[in-house]
Amino acid sequence: MSAPALLAARGLSLRYGAIAALDGVAIDLWPGEVLAVVGESGSGKTSLLNVLSGRLRPDAGVVWYRDPTGALHDVHAMAAPALRLLHRSDWGFVHQDPRANLRMGVSAGGNIGERLMAAGARHYGAIRAEAGAWLERVEIDPARIDDLPRVFSGGMLQRLQVARTLVTHPRLVFMDEPTGGLDVSVQARLLDLIRRLVARYAIAVVLVTHDLAVARLLAQRIVVMRGGAVVETGLTDQVLEDPQHPYTQLLVSSVLQA
Amino acid sequence: MNGYNFAYLDEQTKRMIRRAILKAVAIPGHQVPFGSREMPLPYGWGTGGIQVTASILGANDVLKVIDQGADDTTNAVSIRRFFAATAGVRTTTRTAEASVIQTRHRIPETKLTERQILVYQVPQPEPLYRLEPSRTESRRMHGLAEYGAMHVKLYEDISRLGQVAISYDYPVMVNGRYLTSPSPIPAFDNPKLHLMPALQLFGAGREKRIYAIPPYTDVRSLDFEDHPFRPHRARAVCAICGADQSYLDEVLTDDRGGRMFVCSDTDYCAGRAGAGA
Repeated sequence: MSAPALLAARGLSLRYGAIAALDGVAIDLWPGEVLAVVGESGSGKTSLLNVLSGRLRPDAGVVWYRDPTGALHDVHAMAAPALRLLHRSDWGFVHQDPRANLRMGVSAGGNIGERLMAAGARHYGAIRAEAGAWLERVEIDPARIDDLPRVFSGGMLQRLQVARTLVTHPRLVFMDEPTGGLDVSVQARLLDLIRRLVARYAIAVVLVTHDLAVARLLAQRIVVMRGGAVVETGLTDQVLEDPQHPYTQLLVSSVLQA
Repeated sequence: MNGYNFAYLDEQTKRMIRRAILKAVAIPGHQVPFGSREMPLPYGWGTGGIQVTASILGANDVLKVIDQGADDTTNAVSIRRFFAATAGVRTTTRTAEASVIQTRHRIPETKLTERQILVYQVPQPEPLYRLEPSRTESRRMHGLAEYGAMHVKLYEDISRLGQVAISYDYPVMVNGRYLTSPSPIPAFDNPKLHLMPALQLFGAGREKRIYAIPPYTDVRSLDFEDHPFRPHRARAVCAICGADQSYLDEVLTDDRGGRMFVCSDTDYCAGRAGAGA
């Protein structure tokens, strides 16, 4: 590829005692691209996500992030204030459990508005209008803007979390099993929504999932992990249609055919 | 008084508190930890304010103590008597005569001058404590000036109630940097914090924090551009002195619904009534 990478990791290693969570992982992510990280439980997917987003420091290796001006930053060498600023402006994080990210005692509008207010928005009417528009974009009735998240269903909570994350137009979003714990029809709707929004706002996504169907639907490229190492990487269709590594072949063949 | 050091506290303690005060003045609005001492009154009665007052009091100072604006309530009377006994300083109820004013829940109506120091009693110095349960995290939020959460609280008030529903202890930004609790003064008093000529010191005894607003410091009450801060005042005039600009207390006068509004600042009210205003 000719365009410079948005996020690049080289030689990431992380051990929990005797267990290698990451073992020499290298990853590139280009602007506007959705990259799926798949693998079974314990393969190091979530550790990789946490290391890439600067939440967890690796034992070795480096993560580079290119900011909008083109300057490169070593994510783990950044000062805490700069990293936190990045997390609430340029980056976003969608958790598997929306309750980990949302303020359950604050209305839907307040939840969406928080990132705007943290970024310095001080016009109530404008914040509210933006929150309403985002509720609509994630297919929640804008009339529910003053409802508390605790009266929302699981799928709505997840969509609210997506709205809250995307409201500041981040360039890069980390997603950790965004469809985990949702039933199949709700999953399909959420995936459809994420795919549409990500394409519309040209957001780059690192998507961690154990579900190959989710990866196939959302991701352009796929990274297969096992035992903390990347065993195969390539275009999603290519990897899933013609898996080269025995482990990938096992993964693909274990998917239930409906 | 025999057996006590001047103003009750020993000199080492006063020195430690003065150091905290100097640091607090140097970083307006920043909460400075200090080694709060046991005082001969319960927490919540002004142990923080009384320690600050004890540390800055000199033999020539004139002390005024007010509680909810009044000079004649238990808290005010006992603290005033305490310093009259342990420091032998002159005390007064006249705002203009005092050089040190210790206050609970009010700022005097009379404009303060550069020659005066206002000492606040603070129950809870952390403005974020209802929003962020972890002190480690709220200190980090102060350090990085991440105050979005406080505006979420204002947002919630406006969307639920149509206005910000904080009537006292209304959070302020001091010097454009630190989010600060003005202590539980009515929001009506908030504008007086801004560019006040007097030094303002805040002492929280139980929470062991001192902070300060130096003279002529920029102090802004949090608000939205389209919902500007509006101090609330009862729509009435004082039944004693007829003041229509001062902060009023509502007083029940019988059990048949009788009520009256009077100035909460007793010195201000008495001064106006005496002058025949």
